[in-house]
Amino acid sequence: MTRAIITRCAEALIALFLMSAAIFALRRVTGDPVALLLSDSATEADRMALTANLGLDQPLLTQYVIFLRDALHGDLGRSLIGDRQPALDLVLSRLGYSLQLAGVALVFSFLIGIPLGVMSAVHRGRFIDFAARLLALIGQSVPVFWLGIVLIFLFSVTLGLLPTSGYGDWRHFIMPALTLGLFTLAAITRLCRASMLEALNSEYVKFARIKGVSENQILIKHALRNSLMPVVTFMGTFFAAMITGAVVVETVFSWPGIGRLAYESILRRDFPVVQATVLTMTLLFISCNLAVDLIYLWLDPRMRQGAK
Amino acid sequence: MIRARPILIFAMLIFALFVLASIAAPWIAPTDPLLGSLGKRLKPPVWAGGTWANLLGTDAQGRDVLARLIYGARISLTVSLVAIGIAGSIGTSIGVIAGYKGGWTDRIFMRIVDLALSIPVILLALLFGVVFGPSFTNVVAVIALVLWSQYARMARGETLRIMREDYIDLARTSGLSALQIIRRHILPNIAGVIIVVATLQVGTVIVLEASLSFLGVGVPPPTPSWGTMVADGRSYLTTAWWLCLFPGLAIMLVVMSVNMIGDELTDRLNPALRREGGEP
Repeated sequence: MTRAIITRCAEALIALFLMSAAIFALRRVTGDPVALLLSDSATEADRMALTANLGLDQPLLTQYVIFLRDALHGDLGRSLIGDRQPALDLVLSRLGYSLQLAGVALVFSFLIGIPLGVMSAVHRGRFIDFAARLLALIGQSVPVFWLGIVLIFLFSVTLGLLPTSGYGDWRHFIMPALTLGLFTLAAITRLCRASMLEALNSEYVKFARIKGVSENQILIKHALRNSLMPVVTFMGTFFAAMITGAVVVETVFSWPGIGRLAYESILRRDFPVVQATVLTMTLLFISCNLAVDLIYLWLDPRMRQGAK
Repeated sequence: MIRARPILIFAMLIFALFVLASIAAPWIAPTDPLLGSLGKRLKPPVWAGGTWANLLGTDAQGRDVLARLIYGARISLTVSLVAIGIAGSIGTSIGVIAGYKGGWTDRIFMRIVDLALSIPVILLALLFGVVFGPSFTNVVAVIALVLWSQYARMARGETLRIMREDYIDLARTSGLSALQIIRRHILPNIAGVIIVVATLQVGTVIVLEASLSFLGVGVPPPTPSWGTMVADGRSYLTTAWWLCLFPGLAIMLVVMSVNMIGDELTDRLNPALRREGGEP
């Protein structure tokens, strides 16, 4: 058990380290930052001074070590645009909005996806099953950006019920969360349905029925508990979908999160901010996957006993 | 997924239509997709007051929406085929090598696979698009870079399973080289699974390409891509709804039909391999 935990943590650290190297390498291929920063009237001396100031005259390996050291101290450089705010501050100021949106979307997709998948399996072949499977199919096929636009057209432009974009009270959350969560909802519904069907056909459920356990008890105590395992396994994938989806959804709905920050700073070639956002997203992603792995270890009795 | 026969037939019809449109675009498109005329700007579809000359209306530059949709199918299909072809061959090779060699080779390759799975796709694509400029090659490269890992994982698992079979031992004792064993025994046995993964990915690639084009880092204009069409139509949402509606519907219908076909294939070829999560 302990060994498994240590291995997982070490793996997460290695992944993070490799990703930081990749992000550092990206900065090297994205053109000369000095040329971007200087005005046209700058002299050769200005150029040299700025190059030295940014540490660009050092050998590559030294630059990377400096980059890592600064990153560990929370210094990811400054934005190249506007009043040159520290990149990490910019990212952190936007992170909360993204987490709020992802949180609402995730809760929404679980609250609807799990019961829908269960109902679909229990009433297999009935109308509710058909409806749930159709919803899952649509959810996995509809392009996120288009869904957002269609929702805006329906509920804001035509019906005037919801605000078109931006951050605000609960009404601002409805459409972005729905758009961001639909894919995950579809995935959860399908997973839940499949594993529930499997559980309902298993020996232990048959045995419980023979023992005379009530149908509701069987559903909740035996089948549901076991069929939630795959859902936990795929939490990491869901989270990845949320991160990727955030860039598109936040752009469509002008949500002030890190997804839109990433999109805008990439278009403005503001690479320190891009670096900081990608690093933050990767860190979120890796730590979330690590947490899922650890929860999985803890939940699965076979894993718990298999360890000495 | 929906196993009722008529629906599956419908899905196959839509997919056939999609393939047909991309192959025969020059002959079936009503007009040139790039040819606009300012006199015919923003004409609505025929049932909403437009003319039969522009069945689904025209865009802000007076270009025929139907013609652009038909040519857009071409882009979607080409990107899917090329990206999946590249990702599939690279991923499968790496997976088979990792599974066959085992040990450190396996461990290192699988670490790289995990790492590849943790890249935020859209961000990588945006970076590529901005650094190297939006282009067809770029889109294909980014998508392939993101997709190969899934083939590697699947191919490795299948290879490990096949390696336990007696005939591999027999082949080894009879003096076959590693390359011969892989070519004669492993590849033919994992082909089915790889084809299923490829089918399931077509939908993913179509949506991904459209998303990239929507964000402005996909296939560059004036080439008609469904994602670009939605992006262009966004500014006319209140006045010309047809600009956003049709390309989005096209993406959804094609992806739905591919997903249905993929699910059916999965169930028939390998019930154990069920489609889960995946990229949006």
